Amino acid sequence: MPRQIEGSRAVAEAVAACRPEVIAAYPISPQTHIVEALSQLVKTGALAPCEFINVESEFAAMSVSIGASAAGARAYTATASQGLLFMVEAVYNASGLGLPIVMTVANRAIGAPINIWNDHSDSMSQRDSGWIQLYAETNQEAADLHVQAFRLAEELSLPVMVCMDGFILTHAVEEVELPTQAQVDAFLPPFEPGQVLDPDEPMTIGAMVGPEAFTEVKYLMHAKQMQALDVIPAIAGEFAAAFGRDSGGLLRTYRTEDADTVILALGSVLGTIEDVVDELREQGERVGVVGLKCFRPYPLEEVRAALGHAQRVVVLEKAFAVGAGGIVGQNVRLALSGLPTRVYDVVAGLGGRPITKASLHRVLAEAGADKLGLLSFLDLDIERVQRELARAKGARRPGPHAENMLRDIGVVAAGPV
Amino acid sequence: MFQVRIHGRGGQGVVTAAELLSVAAFLDGAHAQAFPSFGSERTGAPVVAFCRIDDREIRVREPIVAPDALIIQDPTLLHQVDLFSGLRPGGRVLLNSTRPPAELGLADLDVVTVPATELAREHLGKPLPNAALLGAFAALTGAVTLGSVAAAIRERFTTKPAEANVAAARAAWDLIEEPAHA
Repeated sequence: MPRQIEGSRAVAEAVAACRPEVIAAYPISPQTHIVEALSQLVKTGALAPCEFINVESEFAAMSVSIGASAAGARAYTATASQGLLFMVEAVYNASGLGLPIVMTVANRAIGAPINIWNDHSDSMSQRDSGWIQLYAETNQEAADLHVQAFRLAEELSLPVMVCMDGFILTHAVEEVELPTQAQVDAFLPPFEPGQVLDPDEPMTIGAMVGPEAFTEVKYLMHAKQMQALDVIPAIAGEFAAAFGRDSGGLLRTYRTEDADTVILALGSVLGTIEDVVDELREQGERVGVVGLKCFRPYPLEEVRAALGHAQRVVVLEKAFAVGAGGIVGQNVRLALSGLPTRVYDVVAGLGGRPITKASLHRVLAEAGADKLGLLSFLDLDIERVQRELARAKGARRPGPHAENMLRDIGVVAAGPV
Repeated sequence: MFQVRIHGRGGQGVVTAAELLSVAAFLDGAHAQAFPSFGSERTGAPVVAFCRIDDREIRVREPIVAPDALIIQDPTLLHQVDLFSGLRPGGRVLLNSTRPPAELGLADLDVVTVPATELAREHLGKPLPNAALLGAFAALTGAVTLGSVAAAIRERFTTKPAEANVAAARAAWDLIEEPAHA
């Protein structure tokens, strides 16, 4: 039975239904409600047996998760933004060791300037960390992806990151059909670790590996990610059969059949894009959407198949590689190499800037007329940027850009003291 | 789609109001989506939350720019925030105040006032205007039923505060509904 519920609460209940045995977490907005709800479920005994460990930092959260998983426990954690960066060394260890930890990333911008709002720069910074990365479009999908993530992680002995847009999803109250305990128990077998630290059968995990085998061990990580390209759709298919709804998979197409222009994006913005595409279709425009559900492993063949017959692709992404351009966009170009399809990168929604239907209509009109630059920033106030560049050029000590920009906009609290 | 923007001050329960409204709409059989304005809000600072109600699945996630109705929890915001920004022509406005709109300089606008804080003091013993405002909003717009507002309140709070809030909601509903039927 569907419930009207906050996204964070829905994810907490879905995670609890997966019977994690160790949860180690440190609170950070916008992830906090998830781990608060889980700590309550542990305290009341609704989630048992499970140990909730209040750690002193995100570095400890991932380190404890690694220890728990290596000892054979189903381990879960959640974080965001600077918290994810703080745990990075351990994030790479979890994947390098092949430990099936599941982590929610409640997507939030990375500072400086400090910003608590949503974009994808946190999880995108870890795209090469060896973790599988799944992106949720709705709170329903966020809840469902966690159930699939434990299954996937344990089947391949790989850690999985479930990314959901901070605030936009975590703090939104909407309808979610929560996976029931019986459904999850039937779908997700108890954790059978592929490697376990057991005093009765001593062994080591985490050997130093020199040049003689490092390439091969690293290639194994790549090989397992490539296997995931088959396992992810298979698990999503089984999930659909068991739960009666589609969630996850590698990608999802929407009205792309005869589309001249296809817009590709990840996460919660897909809903807004689908509304815009419906409006454009009513006007006779041939536009469609590809929602990328899995970014790592990168489903190159599937992206090529979904986009290959379009004339142009607009990649709308909530992060970018400073000094280079779009991140997802580069990956899309790789998938389309050799084809005449034009790819336009549009960076949008940085630090919580709303992505509005009006702006999407404008950008799609420009793309349709092929008047869009190869890289553009949605709703960027370029005049303000140019003023600051000009001002900084002439000054001996121009001062900090962030403060100058806020002063230019007229945000009172940021004025000089 | 029916879109509501709720204005208040940090601590007055703007986010809770949007959530309760969405739960009431859900219980009425509609689709609903409630979300805050995502700031690092401080107690007393102006805050905004949103609620969309529709008979179809709601996919859009942009902030509400052209609301069909406003709920204003704190009349002192009239002088601080552009409350009516984007309000659709004919959009309803519910304002928490003991004074009639004309006295507040709002005679030209379609504003209805309800003494929600006073009703809350009377029924809860606390100046928390949410439930009374939602009861009045149900009567004013018909976007949700009073029964579902009461059910949403009972789902959210424990028995004693829930019943006090339901009483405040009903009293506010009566204040709006009775003159309309007179």
